[in-house]
Amino acid sequence: MNKYIERLYNGIIKENPVLILMLGMCPTLAVSTRAANGIGMGLSTMAVLILSNLVISLLRKVIPNEVRLPAYIVIVASLVTVTELLIEAYLPALYDELGIYIPLIVVNCIVLGRAEAYANKHEPFLSVFDGIGMGIGFTLALTLTSLLREVLGSGTAFGFRVLPAGVEPIGMFVQPPGAFLIIAVIIAVQNAIGIKTRQRKLVDSGCDGNCALCSRACDGEGGAK
Amino acid sequence: MKSLILIIIGGALINNVVLNQFLGICSFLGVYKQMKASASLGGAVIFVITVASAVSSLLYTYVLAPFGIEFMKTIVFILVIAALVQIVEMFLKKKSPGVYKALGIYLPLITTNCAVLGVALTNVQNDYNFLESVLAGFGTAVGFTLAIVLLASIRTRIHEEDIPAPLRGAPIVLISAALMSVAFMGFAGLSF
Repeated sequence: MNKYIERLYNGIIKENPVLILMLGMCPTLAVSTRAANGIGMGLSTMAVLILSNLVISLLRKVIPNEVRLPAYIVIVASLVTVTELLIEAYLPALYDELGIYIPLIVVNCIVLGRAEAYANKHEPFLSVFDGIGMGIGFTLALTLTSLLREVLGSGTAFGFRVLPAGVEPIGMFVQPPGAFLIIAVIIAVQNAIGIKTRQRKLVDSGCDGNCALCSRACDGEGGAK
Repeated sequence: MKSLILIIIGGALINNVVLNQFLGICSFLGVYKQMKASASLGGAVIFVITVASAVSSLLYTYVLAPFGIEFMKTIVFILVIAALVQIVEMFLKKKSPGVYKALGIYLPLITTNCAVLGVALTNVQNDYNFLESVLAGFGTAVGFTLAIVLLASIRTRIHEEDIPAPLRGAPIVLISAALMSVAFMGFAGLSF
């Protein structure tokens, strides 16, 4: 397989950040009340991820190893601020819906995790593809979750009514408990059909999902093996 | 006075940071299976969030706002938090090695706990003054501690139960969290 296609496959399926690695759970649970929000959040994160992978990969020989984490945090925070201002200017409705979760992309484990695990060891072009793959994987997982929640909780999909008029939507699914339940069911279904999450493996080697400071443990490539 | 108490209770129970706003989920669902470790982490988080709220509130009011560079808040706050965690770690290591040893591995992990940055940003969003920010931070951190300690105690019990195979691991923990979240929704009915 072409190594660029392999990166995309890796991010979308093999190491899907939400469904397999169980990273970035905060935004997945929080903004998934409507499918449109899920896509908006997914694409915003993807933009930050691609750019941060690119910048960090370009600077990988310049940044001293000892101060790499603060450096990455500043790079990511700058990119997030730019993204936030762009969303505020051009998509004000989305900005109001996502609110505080846009600046919180800074502490999204996926972004710093990929910087540590991939971008600081590989050439820029491959790192960009890694960002695209992970970004698409994150967006798909987020869209799936938010679509399920929207259909069950509001009876609509992307704003269009899908449940027959006689069926009452279950309001709890757009409330906080519904988020936990839907993710639990998705992972249980995965387990039942034999797709293993790798969270336990990562946790055993000392990572709790806070990737910035557990570089090797969260390393999707080699550290976890 | 009443509004200050309301801020603490609101932060701890009504808008519980983990079960209602989904911040700090990573550490909530992560390694903290033991009660003792959860309580230690909770203590460290209470300290860091309270101090981070105070420092970020001061910085925002006296540095960012006068110069009109409010848009820099994300960058400034995350650096403040990272530095603060470092200082706390160094201080504890020097002054009270016992506490440092107890909290050791959990301390640096707090930097990327989204609850810390989340509280600092929410305080700014709500236009809280210094005192309100500190209390909101404290209340939120107490809510976080409450949630992780409760979940840890539930998990020690789950561990001994016969769970259907597909639900083992993350799913059953998430379902427990969902039920806790339902319970915490009840606090929304608190009225003063």
